Amino acid sequence: MRIGDAKQTYEADEAIWTSNTQKLWFGLLLLILLLFPFMADSYLLYLGCLVGIAVISTTGLNILTGFTGLISLGQAGFMGVGAYTVAWLSLNTGLPFPVTLLLAGLVAAAVGILVGLPSLRVKGLYLAIATLAASVFLHFIFAEWESVTGGMGGLSLEPAHLFGLTFQSDFRMYFIIVTLAVLMVLAARNVLRTRVGRAFIAIRDRDISAEILGINLLRYKLMSFALSSFYAGVAGGLFAYFYRVVTPESFPLSMSIFYLAAVIVGGMGNLLGGILGAAFMTLVPEALKLLTAALTPFYPNAPVFMSPMLEIIFGALIVGFLIFEPHGLAEIWHRIRRFFRLWPFRN
Amino acid sequence: MDWLFFGEISLAGLAMGGLYALIALGFVMIYKATRVINFAIGEIMMFAAYLFLAFAGGMELSAWIALPLAVIGGSILGGVIEKTMIRPMLGESPISVVMVTIGIASILVGLVEFIWTADPQLLPNFLPREPVFIGPLYLAPKIAYGFLIGSALLIVYLLYFRFSRGGVALRATASDQAAAYSMGINVRRVFNLAWVFGSLAASLAGVLVAATGGLSPQFGIIGLSVLVVVIVGGLDSILGALVAGVFIGWLETVAGAYLGGEYRMPATFVVLAVILVIRPYGLFGTHEIERV
Repeated sequence: MRIGDAKQTYEADEAIWTSNTQKLWFGLLLLILLLFPFMADSYLLYLGCLVGIAVISTTGLNILTGFTGLISLGQAGFMGVGAYTVAWLSLNTGLPFPVTLLLAGLVAAAVGILVGLPSLRVKGLYLAIATLAASVFLHFIFAEWESVTGGMGGLSLEPAHLFGLTFQSDFRMYFIIVTLAVLMVLAARNVLRTRVGRAFIAIRDRDISAEILGINLLRYKLMSFALSSFYAGVAGGLFAYFYRVVTPESFPLSMSIFYLAAVIVGGMGNLLGGILGAAFMTLVPEALKLLTAALTPFYPNAPVFMSPMLEIIFGALIVGFLIFEPHGLAEIWHRIRRFFRLWPFRN
Repeated sequence: MDWLFFGEISLAGLAMGGLYALIALGFVMIYKATRVINFAIGEIMMFAAYLFLAFAGGMELSAWIALPLAVIGGSILGGVIEKTMIRPMLGESPISVVMVTIGIASILVGLVEFIWTADPQLLPNFLPREPVFIGPLYLAPKIAYGFLIGSALLIVYLLYFRFSRGGVALRATASDQAAAYSMGINVRRVFNLAWVFGSLAASLAGVLVAATGGLSPQFGIIGLSVLVVVIVGGLDSILGALVAGVFIGWLETVAGAYLGGEYRMPATFVVLAVILVIRPYGLFGTHEIERV
């Protein structure tokens, strides 16, 4: 059982690290993340990179949907903006990757602000539809603005580089992706405990009350959109460096739904939930692929059923979590933790 | 400008718009009664169309038996969805409920691929084949007869809303749930019936649209066009669904014919964006006043 946990100041209550044990666990996690690529085979490494990108994007969407209560179906579109920015910059300017990724985030954030502008007038589901419209327009631009985006054929780009070092392999990309993922999640955690973060949460809980409390709704809603699409833009940029080809079909509407699902399955308004959700939703299809491969010798038809099964499982996860575990994986995690923390007592 | 061509395209677009209006009516019915935005409506249409395929193609029933069976199947599906997956979400935030319908859409796509594979299919032709001429304008028979059947159901629905007990109960529930309860209306049953009848309209439209354009698991995309229709018309307005349905159907077809297929979606979404900025609650929707 955990003792000596009484907090006497607001600072202590708001602190990111509340105990030494927590710091220890976090250090351990970092160590594992650092050692992982040296022990993992190429497939696990590839999965690690995918999860890292998904974590960044999901964290961004979590800020917008989970903490500010603005539902967005445009996340894939914003990622596309980031990816095309990186691709175009690396083809036309040859800037090193930290600069291109930063610009990718900023361009996506600018687009996010533009999309967020109606958010003061339209709310809830109407806003979801507005972001849906934005993603339709973005897809149209990706496909038709051929001089910049290369049309339906898309763009292929050179590997990321910095100081003469090129990041061609998954092994090297892993370090960029995971470093950024850790930094960006920590940054999100930090923002959310400031005035800005509390304003987001106030808007989520009741926007009219928040306005009466003196929160400038337009400003903070746009800030949330900008922040969220900045994350999406960086994730999209990493996506571009990782696959090194960007096409309009890389960012379909189903991808936006995937990230919303990750936020929901993980737990809305919970950063840890976003991370768990991103990892879980990325790994479920892979687990199903492994299962299919294992079953194929016995049922030669298994691969045919994999893609429909995936659709069904994806939908069932969304519906199931919303009905039976609305607070998502994060809640399960907390329940486990509570059990150990209270042990040997029951409740 | 070739006016004859424009006339023919417009006519085809208006006929398609009639079907959109029917689907939008189903959508609005569900929204009015239960305040649920049903992202799965395209998939319910698709499911009914596949049922028709199974009855008419697989079991070789006459199309005029298969059509009602498929439509009944689609309505039952709507009822079951409401009972099992929407009812438990009563009182949850709208975001969660919408996500449930998105999840349902995904499940339905998976089921369809599971049963009928992902390959595109053609529905057996059951509509008359003689070309239809309205004045000098030619109209493809499938579209024309689809429009006729669709409008017939549309008129039945409008009359039902206006005059029957069930329609009055539905409108009462939509305007004030608590009052409807206290007047002895079985609100739960109204919720369920709204889903059944909404899915019925969608199912019929689904078979008719699939009969003209073919069928594949991606058929549910049409749900996006319907979404545009209901937002433009106003989520809770039947009149809006009709007007916007016809208009969006026309616009989509004309944009597709003159600018190319890739402009169909952006053209309608431009209208959507403009409407969202000028009248966020749609052309004919009610403007809800929020209080703290």
